[in-house]
Amino acid sequence: MDLDDQANVSRLAEEKGTGEMIVILGQPDSNSAGLFAETVTRGDPTWAGALAGVPLGLPVYHILEPEIKAQMDPALYQEHVGLMELSADVDDIIKWVKFYREGGAA
Amino acid sequence: MELKGKQVVAIGEREGVNGPSLKLLAESAGASVVFSVTQCFV
Repeated sequence: MDLDDQANVSRLAEEKGTGEMIVILGQPDSNSAGLFAETVTRGDPTWAGALAGVPLGLPVYHILEPEIKAQMDPALYQEHVGLMELSADVDDIIKWVKFYREGGAA
Repeated sequence: MELKGKQVVAIGEREGVNGPSLKLLAESAGASVVFSVTQCFV
């Protein structure tokens, strides 16, 4: 994740607390989705940004996950996500985001 | 995870779903978006 954005997320977590916070991702592949999911749960794996060594443990979901999709306006969803939903490897993306959301046991 | 009432950090990507789109969608589910960004890998 961009270093400035890591700093922003870190600041928000400090100011607002993480109790009601949730991260929603829109990456088109499992590699980048997994990287972002790891950064907001276990910390920056590249050890370059403000979240290096900071395991925020935020609940992180991808926009393609059915339980997230079900809560959104269907017409808006189709307009903004429909194309990616057809072309992306949905199962693989969800698998890796869920992996980190659930603790990323490794 | 219910989105209604939650504070959402939306991290989009130019080649996927961008930040403003994620913001619109999260708001349609009753969440408030506290941070929205579009990452770009080139």
